[in-house]
Amino acid sequence: MSNVLVNAPKTAKRGSSVEIKALILHPMETGFRPGPNGRIIPRNIIERFTATWNGTEIFDMEMSLAIAANPFVSFFAVVSESGTVGLRWTGDEGFVVEEQIAIAVE
Amino acid sequence: MDRRRFLAGTAAIVVLPFGPPFGTASATPEAMAAAIRKVVGDTAVREGRVSLDLPPLVENGSTVPLVVSVESPMTVDDYIKAIHVFNEKNPQPGVFTVRLSPRNGRAVVGTRIKLGDSQKIVAIAETSGGQFWSASADVIVTLAACLEEAT
Amino acid sequence: MTALRLGIGLAIIFAASYALAQGAADKRRSGTQDMSDALQKMQEDDAANPGMLFVQLGGQLWGKATGAAGKSCADCHGDGTSMKGVAVRYPAIPKDADAPVDLEGRINLCRTANQQADSFPPESRELLALAAYVAHQSRGLPIAPPDDPRLVAFRARGQDLWKARQGQLNLSCAICHDDNAGRKLAGVAIPEAHPTGYPIYRLEWQTLGSLKRRLRNCLAGIRAETYADGAPEYVMLDLFLMDRARGMMLESPGVRP
Repeated sequence: MSNVLVNAPKTAKRGSSVEIKALILHPMETGFRPGPNGRIIPRNIIERFTATWNGTEIFDMEMSLAIAANPFVSFFAVVSESGTVGLRWTGDEGFVVEEQIAIAVE
Repeated sequence: MDRRRFLAGTAAIVVLPFGPPFGTASATPEAMAAAIRKVVGDTAVREGRVSLDLPPLVENGSTVPLVVSVESPMTVDDYIKAIHVFNEKNPQPGVFTVRLSPRNGRAVVGTRIKLGDSQKIVAIAETSGGQFWSASADVIVTLAACLEEAT
Repeated sequence: MTALRLGIGLAIIFAASYALAQGAADKRRSGTQDMSDALQKMQEDDAANPGMLFVQLGGQLWGKATGAAGKSCADCHGDGTSMKGVAVRYPAIPKDADAPVDLEGRINLCRTANQQADSFPPESRELLALAAYVAHQSRGLPIAPPDDPRLVAFRARGQDLWKARQGQLNLSCAICHDDNAGRKLAGVAIPEAHPTGYPIYRLEWQTLGSLKRRLRNCLAGIRAETYADGAPEYVMLDLFLMDRARGMMLESPGVRP
């Protein structure tokens, strides 16, 4: 079951900059909130989100407790060649999710 | 129903228990200044080139949309290499840092943040030449009535 | 031929002016209209609406075989487009039953009766995701409750509940959402409470939730006892609210503060 939603144009003009939007299901639990039993819910956040274009890193985001639950990130990438954008989220409790999306030069 | 009774009722609703996104822990303007100093060192931070798009009045602090855009040609010789966002009152002063390159084409990043209270948000962009540019925004967080009791 | 053309022309003019008059007369406001531009944009952009994560999940569940029958939703219903128009007419009375169920109740009936699987628990991610997937198929359609005469009594009971004062604050739903809608409560506009976007992604919850959860929040807000999980009161209120919102456009999955 995929728990990410990635949106980008399927095709774009060579050299243009396209917007990539990514949503992922994640509680982004801060570690400051009490749970139903009154005890603090342990911290559980995504710490890092990176994007690559045909394997080369093009975007790197360090997240914090202040990123909202089910994190949304949008950024731009230059379409230099047809390729695959690789997205990777990593965080607490060994959290790793990867997703790929293809963008072709028109 | 008469007006007084309705107002009395609403006043009681306002004090219902609610859970701010972060318990009682909080950063301070001083902590934010220290965190910024850690990033920029002794370099002067100039206002400009950065635009910080945040709603001035937020209906719910748990999910606040934010976009940072920086004017830059984003060429190999002149680009934005990082954008840092800070806040004054959340538990930690750092909100996020993104690292960029000419391969982004545009120095624009959007996300959604949590704000435990009304406060000032600061975005700082770092150029490939080592300059720092900034923008800030004050956000007022209102609290909705009839919130779900903290579960 | 000319007469026919004239007839069609007149019919179009009549339909257009009727629609215009309806639009002008209809002062009802969806909660969307009370939200900031930022939140309206979040709801409208499928790449940004967090509810779409659940719609996607629901679409995956739709095709997954489950239960002792080893059947998926798709095995009987085909792809999700067959669900277009369903969410706008629920709650409804299922075949061979005598009481209405809401959309989530209908999904669970399919689970137990046809898939021979366990019901999804209330507010579970799976149940909300499937409800969101089904409701999303009707996005943009007008809310159209069925004219089933057996529903009348249930709907009337829902209206009674809506108007009944309850809780320590001795308020009714109607006092806030009919009599004082549009006025401010703690700095925030009181919405008219039309169920146009369920299941909704409520920022306060930081997740998707049902109308039942929202109703429980309201009951807790007026310090009334909430109805038990699965209580018929939720369905009766749902019936009344859907009828009150008849003709308004479904927006599911809605985003609300």
